Amino acid sequence: MPISFRVNGKEHTLDVEEDMPLLWALRDELGLTGTKFGCGIAACGACTVQVDGMAMRSCSVPVSYADGSDITTIEGLAATHGAEEGGLSPLQQAWIERQVPQCGYCQSGMLMAVDALLKDNPQPSDDEIGQAITNICRCGSYPRVVAAIRDVTRA
Amino acid sequence: MAFDLKKPTRRQMLIGGGLAGGALLIGVAVSGPSRRDREDEIAAEGGERFVITWLKISPDNVTTVYVPHSDMGQGPITALAMMAAEEMDADWNLVRAEQAPAEPEFANESLGLFITKGRTAPDMLAGAAETLWYNVAKFMSMQITGGSMAVRYTGQHGMRIAGAAAKEMLVKAAAARWDCSTGDCEVRESIVYRKGKNQSATFGELVADAAEYSPSAAPTLKTPDQYRIVGKPTKRFDVPGKVDGTARYGLDARPEGLVYAALRQSPVFGGKVKRYDASEILKRRGVKQVVELPVGVAVIADNFWRAKEAAAALDIEFDDGGNGGVSSASIFEGHEKALTGESTEDKETGDAEGALKNAARVIEASYRVPYLAHATMEPMNCTVWVHDDKAEVWVGNQDPLGTRARIAEMTGVDYDNVKVHPMLLGGGFGRRIPYRAGFSEFPSEIDYAAMIAREVDAPVQLVYTREDDMRHDAYRIAVANRMKAGLDADGNPVAWQNRYVYKDEPAEAPHIPYAVENQSIRYVDNPTSVPRGPWRSVAHTQHTFFNESFMDELAHEAGRDPYDFRMALLKDKPRHRAVLRLAAEKAGYGGTLREGHAFGLAVQQSFETIVAEVLEVSLDEDNRPRVHKVTCAVDCGRVVNPDTAEAQVQSAVIYGLTAALYGQITIEGGAVAQGNFPDYPMVKIAETPVIETHFIDSGAAMGGLGEPGTPPVAPALANAIFKLTGKRIRELPMSIHDLSPASGKFAQAAD
Repeated sequence: MPISFRVNGKEHTLDVEEDMPLLWALRDELGLTGTKFGCGIAACGACTVQVDGMAMRSCSVPVSYADGSDITTIEGLAATHGAEEGGLSPLQQAWIERQVPQCGYCQSGMLMAVDALLKDNPQPSDDEIGQAITNICRCGSYPRVVAAIRDVTRA
Repeated sequence: MAFDLKKPTRRQMLIGGGLAGGALLIGVAVSGPSRRDREDEIAAEGGERFVITWLKISPDNVTTVYVPHSDMGQGPITALAMMAAEEMDADWNLVRAEQAPAEPEFANESLGLFITKGRTAPDMLAGAAETLWYNVAKFMSMQITGGSMAVRYTGQHGMRIAGAAAKEMLVKAAAARWDCSTGDCEVRESIVYRKGKNQSATFGELVADAAEYSPSAAPTLKTPDQYRIVGKPTKRFDVPGKVDGTARYGLDARPEGLVYAALRQSPVFGGKVKRYDASEILKRRGVKQVVELPVGVAVIADNFWRAKEAAAALDIEFDDGGNGGVSSASIFEGHEKALTGESTEDKETGDAEGALKNAARVIEASYRVPYLAHATMEPMNCTVWVHDDKAEVWVGNQDPLGTRARIAEMTGVDYDNVKVHPMLLGGGFGRRIPYRAGFSEFPSEIDYAAMIAREVDAPVQLVYTREDDMRHDAYRIAVANRMKAGLDADGNPVAWQNRYVYKDEPAEAPHIPYAVENQSIRYVDNPTSVPRGPWRSVAHTQHTFFNESFMDELAHEAGRDPYDFRMALLKDKPRHRAVLRLAAEKAGYGGTLREGHAFGLAVQQSFETIVAEVLEVSLDEDNRPRVHKVTCAVDCGRVVNPDTAEAQVQSAVIYGLTAALYGQITIEGGAVAQGNFPDYPMVKIAETPVIETHFIDSGAAMGGLGEPGTPPVAPALANAIFKLTGKRIRELPMSIHDLSPASGKFAQAAD
């Protein structure tokens, strides 16, 4: 049964197994490689995308669940903030200003998760950030993730 | 990229590459044997030099720096470009940097230094000594990023010299054009000016003329007071692509016609395929073929998920290679047995045996650390396409050139026909090295990708699942030791004895900086079936835990404060004293702490950098350690990019803290028991302490920064736990210990 959804505003119809995780539909069927594979069991957050505005770990979301949804990946994050082609969201700009990424592999998921948090809770406390953002970063970019969030929430 | 290199005619360090496409090329070469891949040819052409670093100055006045190191996020590409630009007096806005291609012309300087110092390449980087390939690699195929070497070797001895020589050539060209002396010229922001006259020319305008000059072998370098780029926080070139999804890691390689491979491997190290039946899984959607490897079966499909699901469903049996009985318990049992047997000298000074006999008090302790996985965020992967007697490789790793040689050997394709496309690395930490000690027993994903590609008529991307990655790593070795020390009647250590398992790199890791007159440091070995490899800071991780914990034990036994005790024993080590003092001062060590909090400290020199860390720790309501603050003092000589330097120390501390709190890979039935993050947990934002980093600009020879922040974390934490609970932690990780008052270990009150 074909599955249809919008990814970053663009319609896609896929004829794939219903239980294929959204991650692999994005990466291997649609070629959107900005969303990363980290653990496959929703434990690390590298694959976080937004499904109808909610942060979800796409490695553990069956593609059928996303049928009819609006999906935003890192490639489309800036546009949801009204940025022009090639532009960035304020959060992404703060990420550059604070030089958050090191190897950078987890940062797509980190940004998608933080963006979703700030939509729900524009002024999170440190504890709320710690509880909501459980993405793993082996480079230890955490102090700068928090600093960049603070730059945006104070602005 | 093709470089037309003027054949160097005399022994010199610098090569003017002349003009290529209108741009001036400058390279720094090291003397060394040739890149030919046969030993007799190496001998015949010995002395040929190869170039390790290139600068290109284009007519549009843009300077491009080609960096022969992988950027795993530690920032060498930007830092090395800064060092070249500094010496050139370039306009930073006109500087670009790229990772050098995997061509022998970009073998890196660190290798050259190992050779010129009369040392061979370190085992941790060089793989199996018995293969011819090793010999080739030793001489030419290394483009290693590891050992915290990029800035201090390639930067100091390559980039700075190339930059300074380029500037001299450009100034000579300008002086000739204006018919004045070079002393009448000055350089600012990529422009040469004639002093006192209204004449100037950009670097770009001078490149054609400058190419006529030979670079000076010993150009004048700037002094630190003249720096205007080095030492300033500078934004990295690689960051923008990492926030908008455009950065391409190994796993993101998408050559036309790509298929995916998932591997069903023997869980037991050394196990082999006994039988399998692929008929059922070959009927699955998207599954194209299977490829049998000695250690397992690869399933090829048009989507990685389909490949991995089919691999999981494959009907297969393995034998255990005789290793099915190996466990962490049996390995440590073997270690303990080895420790009572014959040992080999590491360092002997004075008469430790005699001093122990005469000591007023003898203190003994045994320590252990477990295996550790690297758990890079990007699981291991490698994409290979073998076609028409050629091989193309897409991989992000710590040695693109070594990969090229390895792929040539594994595919049988001629070295010159192997093309490596270096991709970004989703974390390295020592894991992404294409070959390693004991290689012949422990092949890597690079080998498997090559073996699979030989059988597949398309580019094929081998991807490890997280479970594959965690169960088939090259682990930080699990080791044990036995410590014995003697104190005199005043509590001063007079003897230090250490028997430890496995002599690893770097050689000095087991040594102590403290003035103890009689030392006997010796090692034993107890080989196991578990693959081992370098892990961030390598042997310093275990030895710093052993030595700095035991030093703390001695301080408490002597009734002295651990800080004062160390300072007294560091009387001949002013740099150590300075970092320890600074860390203690900034942390407020010795002052009043909140109820239930305690300090622990440790200091270690690694990769020529000295780091002291003071941890402020408490126990939470479940009696688990909670680290509130880590105060670091760092003497790495001089900091190139303070922004990335701070990030590297934070990174190293968090990496070390994860290992100290939770890190533990255990072996059961010959295989790794853990498989994914829930059983190999990581520190996350909620547990991240405040990390404060203070640099000392000592002007000493530059040290590395990617690793030295890691070693002091575990002992400083254990020392704080002792202070809090009276319980001495002699085995990591913390999570295996019951720290509750009810554990009955509280009897020994902390002083």
